Parts: sequence; C-alpha cells; structure tokens
Amino acid sequence: MTADPILRLDSIVKRFGSFTALHGVSLDIREGEFLTIVGPSGSGKSTLIRLLVGMDELSEGKNWLRGERIDRTPANRRPTCMVFQSLALFPHRSVGQNIEFPLKIQGVKEHARRERALELMDLLHLPQSYYTKGINQCSGGEKQRVALARALAFDPEILFFDEPLSALDYRLRKALEKELKDLHVRTGKTFVYITHSLEEAMVMSDRIAIMREGQFEQIAVADEIYARPVSRFVAEFMGEVNLFDVEGTTSGGLHGKGVEIHVNGEASEFGVELPLGQKGALMVRPEFVRFLSSGETADFIVRGILRAEYALGSRIQYEVEAADGTRMTVEKLREDRFSGQSGDEVILGWDIENAHMIREE
Amino acid sequence: MESANRRLGTFCAIPLLAVLAVSFVAPLTVVAAFSVMPQKVFNLANVPDFSAYAELVRQGYWKSLAWSLGMAFASTIILAVICWPLAYGMSKVFGRFTLVITIAVVMTLFVSENIRLFGWVLTLMKGGLIEGHLRAWTGQGIDGLLYNVPVIVFGLVYVYFPFMLFPLAQGIAMVPDDARQAAADLGASRMQILREIELPLAAPGIVVGSLLSFVLAAGALAESKLLGGQAVIVIADEVETAFTYGQDWPLGSALSMTLILIIGGLSIFGITRVDLDAIMGRKR
Repeated sequence: MTADPILRLDSIVKRFGSFTALHGVSLDIREGEFLTIVGPSGSGKSTLIRLLVGMDELSEGKNWLRGERIDRTPANRRPTCMVFQSLALFPHRSVGQNIEFPLKIQGVKEHARRERALELMDLLHLPQSYYTKGINQCSGGEKQRVALARALAFDPEILFFDEPLSALDYRLRKALEKELKDLHVRTGKTFVYITHSLEEAMVMSDRIAIMREGQFEQIAVADEIYARPVSRFVAEFMGEVNLFDVEGTTSGGLHGKGVEIHVNGEASEFGVELPLGQKGALMVRPEFVRFLSSGETADFIVRGILRAEYALGSRIQYEVEAADGTRMTVEKLREDRFSGQSGDEVILGWDIENAHMIREE
Repeated sequence: MESANRRLGTFCAIPLLAVLAVSFVAPLTVVAAFSVMPQKVFNLANVPDFSAYAELVRQGYWKSLAWSLGMAFASTIILAVICWPLAYGMSKVFGRFTLVITIAVVMTLFVSENIRLFGWVLTLMKGGLIEGHLRAWTGQGIDGLLYNVPVIVFGLVYVYFPFMLFPLAQGIAMVPDDARQAAADLGASRMQILREIELPLAAPGIVVGSLLSFVLAAGALAESKLLGGQAVIVIADEVETAFTYGQDWPLGSALSMTLILIIGGLSIFGITRVDLDAIMGRKR
C-alpha cells in the first residue's frame, strides 16, 4: 500500500470534562477501502466517528483529508457524510425529497435532482413509485436504503456508517450486509463502518480496527485478526477461543498449566516461542481442536471430561472441562460429529500450525 | 371491537358536547341572530335585515377592525421572532434551567393583566420611571412614551408572550436532533437547516402559538385602552361601546360576528395546515 491515505488521524484525543473518551487514536484510512471499526459499547467508536464527520470537536490531535487539515472544519463543510444509527431521515419529506436533500442544498436544478434521485433509487433497489412515498410509510429495510441513497446523493469522499443495521432483524441485516458490500464494490467509495458486531465486520470489511477503551488494539485484515490477535481482548472479542497461560522454559520450549506441550525447537518456526521466563497466552480456536483416540498424538494435548454439547446449526459445540478445571470449547461440523456422552473422559489435541502465541508483559 | 370502542367514545363525549352546546354554541347563535336584526332592537322577534352590517361598513368600523387585526398580526410576527431563540434554548440547550424560565414566565400570569399593564403605564408615562429618571439626571425631559400604536403592539407582545413561547418550545422539541445533524452533515448551513428542517418540523408549535397570540391579540382591549389611550380604537372597544353606551345590540353583534368569522377562518386555515396530533402527544 503505497498510496497516500484518504483520511489520516494523528493522536486524536477527546475529553468530555474529566472523562477521556479517546486516548490518542491514530489511523490511516486508505482510498476505496471498507474499514470497520469494531468495539464493545463504550469503547469510543461512536465518539470517534462523530469527530471524523465534524459533529464534535476533538480535544487534541490532527486529522487530514487528502493532505488537508480538517480538524476544525464544521460538518457542513466536510466532503464526508454519515449514515446514522437512527438513519435521521427527514420525517416531513418524501423518499424522493430525502434523497434529493443534499442536491437541493448544493443548488442543483429540480429536474437534475429528480433524475439523480431516481438513479440512486434504482441502484438501491427501491421502486420508482416510492419517489413520492412518505418516509413513515416505508419499512425498516426501505428506510435503510433511503438513508443510503441520500448519503450517496451527497457524493461524499468518505461514507461513514454508525451501526445503521443494528435495529433490523437478523435476516434483513444479513441481506443488507451483503448488499452494502456489493454497493461498496460498485461505487468504489471509501466506506468506514462502525459496529459492535464482529460478524458484521467480518462479512463486509477489507480491514478491521478493534477498539477498546478509547484506543485501537489491532488494525488488520479480518483473517489476521481472527488467527493472530495481539491481545487476549482481541482474541476473546473475535469469537470463541481457548487460552492457556504458558511460560518460556530453559530448553527453549514452553511450559503451561493444564496443557501437555510436545514442541521444542519448531516453536520459533511457527512464532509461538517465548523467551525464558516470559509469560504468554497460548491460543487455539475451537474449530482446530480435535478429539484424539487413544494412542493418537498431537503437538498440544489436554485431557478432560466432556461436559456439554450444543447444536449451533451447521456446527456442534462441545464444552470440555480440563483436569485443572479450565473450560475448553471445541467445534465440529455436523458431519464430523463426535460420538461421546456427557461425562466421558476425552483427550483433545491440536497442532502447532493452528496455535498462536499472545505475548504478555 | 373497533366499532364498540367508537360507540363508547361517542357516548362518553355526550356530557362534554352538552356543556359545549349550552355554553359555547348557544350564545354564539344568539349573537349571530342579533346581528341580522334591525338596528337598536332588544329582542329577536323582528324581521331580519342586514342593516347592522351596512352600518358597520358605512360608519367606518372596518378601520377599527383593520387596526386590531394589523396590530395582532404585527405582535404575532414580533412574538414569533423574539420567542424562537428562547424557545430553542428551552427545548434544546438550557436543560434544567428551562424550569426556571418556565416558572418565571408562568408567574407573570399570576398577576392580573390590567395590573401588569398599569405597571407599564407607571414606567412609561411622562414623569414615570423612565422619563422621570432621565429628566432628574440630565435635566432634559422627553415626551411620554405612551399613547401611540407601537406601545400598544409592545403591550400585546408583552402580555401574550407565554402564549407564543410555550407552544413554540413544544414545537421545537419535536425537531429531532439527528435530523438537524444529518442536514448539517449533508452540507446544509445554519440558515438552510432552519428553513428546510427546523421550521417545517416545528410548524405545529409555530401555528398553535401564532393562532393563540393572534386570536387573543385581535380581541384584546386593555392594551389599547391603558397603554394606547385613544390613539386608535380597537374592534373589541367598538363592540363594548355598541353593547353598552350605544345600546345597539345588533351592531355589537354584527361587529362580533365579523371578527369571529375572520378569526375563525384563519384558525381553521392554520389548523388544517399542520399535524396537530403531533404536538398533542399522539404518536405519528
């Protein structure tokens, strides 16, 4: 990635009285990418997006759009816009008037406005007859499309989304996620999306930024974040995970509580080694853990008792209590279902290429 | 179920309808009937003619009507303009301080209108609070500030201030914050937001406030009498005179009917333009 970022944030700080919502956030947003900022509620992601569109003023830091400082530019002079969580449609206006609003503000002639609005309605699969329909007569999904069309009518450099899908039911949300991704490809615009839902982030984004307590924990592509999280927080936030406290040993190997480790030299080859005495968290995702038959071996082994089995549709999730009391989660596809009973003794194992080390101070 | 509810609703409304019919419709009907009687009669057993209305035109009573409506119009516009920022602050900015303003404004209503207007007379009259101090300090007096049309309008603005302020604040409260923010985000300037978003969405409040102050101001009497002296005669004054000194009930009725028709027409026009349910709290 050699291209200059479209938006650059440099150590942005936001304080509300004595409370600091953002602790020096830096980020480069690339032209044309779909970046999703994910974090639990209260992590500061909504605060950040409000600063980025200019609805709030930052307390410290700088912010450039295509090399131009914009941190003191008010929202109405920034070439960016946002799709609100509430959608913020204008209730007193029809669908067409809502979509045309930014064009009307720019002084575009009525005829040209209408043409553009109908074009956008077409792009978003809204029937042309909706042009004169009242906003409050539209369904939730239709309102989403109107809000999107209105934002696109503004023709922003960057389009921000503040959890616009969170109020919709599951099926509609899934459909719109895919449509949004498709729209991103078709318009070629830079999308910055905010959500607390990891699934939403994984489906749509090129890159994901994980936010926690007003800071970015990790910014990377979805696969990287899923497979190689930099912290326990990210690992746990990105779905079910098994973590073991381990420590580097004199022989260059690893020692851990509750887990038998049969690796030595090759640890560094796979990036899971630890210097002597350093602590870390050994991570493995549930789908990489196997049930071993007696005599079978693996790089990492845990012995325990099968406690529960949950059907998750296409997958089955197993809960195993290890000998030292830690709980482990294992997931299998339905076709690879494990034929054990609750209370059975089981041996779990996984290989080094599926393991990841989170180094801790 | 629906129709049963409807029938129950009609049934429950009967007592109120009866009260309204007796206290509101009946007197109006009497006034309407008197207005078409020949002049200076005191009962309704006469052949109707429209001489009272003819008298109304001939004697130039329309001037009083025009003054009343004109001053009511002026005071309504002034009220809307000066109340907007305060109402905006009350519903969007001040937070708990709004209660203080509400109480302060409502408290003025505890004192009779006439007494408050006399307060202004004492303040504005020659040798009063303002002119008296000015003369004592500078040795140079000015003419009294009373007895002209602007001071009557000032009185109307002062007295009907709460009737504009509260509906307006209610109307502005109905403008969603996110709609304003979205408009700004989409490039709208402060003025464009006012014109495109705030005024249309606050319209029910503006209409209710304007109607209340206009209707009250058009029928107002005390302001023109106390502050305006005899600078202009307002329509309410003419009605009173016709019924009392003039002893001409049909003329008084004709004047009343004219005022009622004009104000009623304006009110109906205004009310049908906006969604009153919105401000009355029913969900859209």
